[in-house]
Amino acid sequence: MDEKIRSILAEHGRFPIDVSTLDENDDLFRAGMTSHASVNVMLALEDEFDVEFPESMLRKSTFESVDAIRAALRELVSVS
Amino acid sequence: MTSMSAGTAIRVGADVAAVHQVADSLARFGDRYLRRVYTEHEIACCAGTPSVVAAGLAARFAAKEAAIKVLRPSTYQPDWRSIEVRRSPEGWCSMSLSGHAAKLADEAGIAEMEVSLTHDEDVAAAVVVALCHSQSEHNNESGAHLRDLLLNGAL
Repeated sequence: MDEKIRSILAEHGRFPIDVSTLDENDDLFRAGMTSHASVNVMLALEDEFDVEFPESMLRKSTFESVDAIRAALRELVSVS
Repeated sequence: MTSMSAGTAIRVGADVAAVHQVADSLARFGDRYLRRVYTEHEIACCAGTPSVVAAGLAARFAAKEAAIKVLRPSTYQPDWRSIEVRRSPEGWCSMSLSGHAAKLADEAGIAEMEVSLTHDEDVAAAVVVALCHSQSEHNNESGAHLRDLLLNGAL
């Protein structure tokens, strides 16, 4: 799962740095991901994992780190 | 927040968006991207050639981000669609809030919110200005309004 998350972040996150250098708890917004890029990341994650983020999860904290994204996806996958 | 007079203040938010990034999102995610971020009214207002659509949507995305800076959410961010740019038939734009965004505005005592949009080539930008009353001022005004209605026999 982490590999796919990092691949999506690299493709859609528009980071000014190499995503592979980010620790799983590093703040992705501080690392350069914009709010608009986070929308693309969210949609790409939905495509990849066949889930849909509900409104209750549409907050910056859901996408603020690799660890947070993994936790959100696990929650969605477990209920789908 | 900048104080203007006792109990009254203004908040300003500004943001920019790259038009080509919005165009890329449209090309990659299409209708799903549109429906998650923009309202029916906003989508209808941005109809036209692909470049016109992307520029209009980018300006609206910047306006939503600028509004969030004004609303200053401390817990979670409002749904993109709860912050709407409304365009009048004359072409002027205004902000319309609903849901969590409207609640945040009410809590901040925001009485009025205005927006200005612009775009040029690949850059779209928006500025949002809000006039706020402190909560005590807000309550006092509400009370005064209620008293006026009572005195005028409207209630």
